[in-house]
Amino acid sequence: MQDSDQPRSRLSQVAAGLRDFYSGPYRRTFARAQQDEDDLFLVIVMAEALGVPNPVSYYTVELLPVVYDQFHDWHRRMGLDRSPLDHFSCC
Amino acid sequence: MNSLVLALVGVGMILAGYFLYSKYLANRIYALDDSRTAPSEQFEDGVDYVPTNKYVLWGHHFTSVAGAAPIVGPAVAVIWGWLPAFLWVTLGTVFFAGMHDMGALWASVRNRGQSIGALSGRYIGARGRNLFLVVIFLLLLMVNAAFAVVIAGLLIATPTAVIPTWGALVVAFLIGQAIYRYKWNLPLVSVVGVVALYALIVVGDNVPLALPETVLGLPDNAFWIIVLFVYAGIASMLPVWMLLQPRDYINGLQLFIALGILYGSVLIARPEIVAPAYNQNVPDGTPGIMPLLFVTIACGAISGFHGMVSSGTSSKQLAKESDARFVGYFGAVGEGLLALGAIIATTAGFKTLADWENVYQAFNDGGVSAFVEGGGAIIEAGLGLPQSLSATIMATTAILFAATTMDTGVRLQRFVVQEIGDIAGVTLRKNLATIIAVGVGLALTFGAGADGSGGMLIWPLFGTTNQLMAALTLSIIAIMLLRRGRTPLPALIPLVFVGAVTVYALFVQLGTFYEESNWLLLIMDIVILIAALWVIVEAFAAMRTARAYDGDDDAELAQEAVDAAASTRSQD
Repeated sequence: MQDSDQPRSRLSQVAAGLRDFYSGPYRRTFARAQQDEDDLFLVIVMAEALGVPNPVSYYTVELLPVVYDQFHDWHRRMGLDRSPLDHFSCC
Repeated sequence: MNSLVLALVGVGMILAGYFLYSKYLANRIYALDDSRTAPSEQFEDGVDYVPTNKYVLWGHHFTSVAGAAPIVGPAVAVIWGWLPAFLWVTLGTVFFAGMHDMGALWASVRNRGQSIGALSGRYIGARGRNLFLVVIFLLLLMVNAAFAVVIAGLLIATPTAVIPTWGALVVAFLIGQAIYRYKWNLPLVSVVGVVALYALIVVGDNVPLALPETVLGLPDNAFWIIVLFVYAGIASMLPVWMLLQPRDYINGLQLFIALGILYGSVLIARPEIVAPAYNQNVPDGTPGIMPLLFVTIACGAISGFHGMVSSGTSSKQLAKESDARFVGYFGAVGEGLLALGAIIATTAGFKTLADWENVYQAFNDGGVSAFVEGGGAIIEAGLGLPQSLSATIMATTAILFAATTMDTGVRLQRFVVQEIGDIAGVTLRKNLATIIAVGVGLALTFGAGADGSGGMLIWPLFGTTNQLMAALTLSIIAIMLLRRGRTPLPALIPLVFVGAVTVYALFVQLGTFYEESNWLLLIMDIVILIAALWVIVEAFAAMRTARAYDGDDDAELAQEAVDAAASTRSQD
């Protein structure tokens, strides 16, 4: 039993190593792209609260609780030390 | 002399360096200490700081530093005979490159994974930092220009490599799609990708594509150079997952395979070296071996670019300090083996001395094409592959190395241009910044020679700039050792040597460029010369201060790291 497990785990180690070798050099680039996308998503969700008319606010408002945790990081990333929204204070 | 003997002695020397000298460096000089928390763990963010398996990290490090340079340098330098090149590559790898690359990792790891640029600000002062920016800009400029010329020359000399070279882009593009869009299994895609790459080499071998002598009124060489720059500009703007990432990956795999093929063939064929050990019959116009040998072979013996990679990305991923020995020193070993392979290919891959002399008729004549021809002959004799197919494998390998470095070089130059724009208060968009990056590269390529063919003149200047970077890194290592009260000699001796040959070579080249009325290179030479003298003065002033230092550098750095970690946590 152990014998048959060992090569499999070796193979999966090789596969994991290859994955690391593939993605490692560009990890930072992808993280930045992901963050840009998340920031854009947050702007869309927060549009109504920021005073921008949003035709789909019926849907986005439901997402507010989901993005609440990320709000503080987001406004700091945007260069705002404090929350720009009076009714949405996180700090 | 049989090439197998040379290979065995060379590999033996380099491996002895790894097993003995790097151990001494790790224990006595750098005092690598696994009880310290590495920056990758202390600042782990899943982006820059990620503790990584040392074998995987070595793969990243090695493929980032190995470009066309360890092939081009030795392939040009064997014009003075195989022995000087062999000695500089082996001794350089053991005592210069290994200690430098490992030292850059150590210096950065002790300084929260900061880059050499930041460290030069800390240990040499603000002027050291400015100097670093000047050198890095020039280095990138020369990498892009020289590599474009190398690739164009190879595409013309080996028409069979045209299809695999451009076909590799299609393979990389399909791999990117397979992995990201269709979520295929990576090991399977890797195998298919490598097989496809070699299938393209076979196709290319049967269907050579040669351009007519003039295309759209341009010489074929100039046309390829322009196409390459346009391609690199476009590639640098595409999302990385589409082309650059799978391309770097598949080339990384190909690099290991090609090295295996070359050394395997030497082992089987054991060809005799036809070139003289020391060539006293050098062609007219060949510059003196001293100091040009030491700047012609830059990567493969010592390279400042390695310090940038070590301190820029590798140090942030080092899982523990003792891994620096494997990643840094063994990374240099990999590069040294590539350079040694290039020496063997260019001296043992010809049938007679007359054949060899026929290729090496003038300085810069041999170069990569001699590597392709000679390496091809060795593979033919070793593995029994047809001569043209073997040459195509070698040419494609060399081109792919140069091309991935050029892709990245143009991309990095774009960032530098954007940063300079920011400093000047102008926001440069991606497209415009790319056009500027490509523009300056083209200007340098054609500024050095009307049809772009003179771009190889930049090569020794690239070497000197690279050595200057290495001197900067070595001086930081020496200062750090002095502040710890340890002997700085392992860093100081290479520093003095590299500094001296760099300045000497710059003066020699100054005369050459003046005689040739090559004003562009003359100006660049003067800028680099001033930077070189500057770095020497600044570094020695900093070393005097470091000798008088009576604090505990490690304790200060540890406190800074703790403060930095605390402030990162409070921001979260």
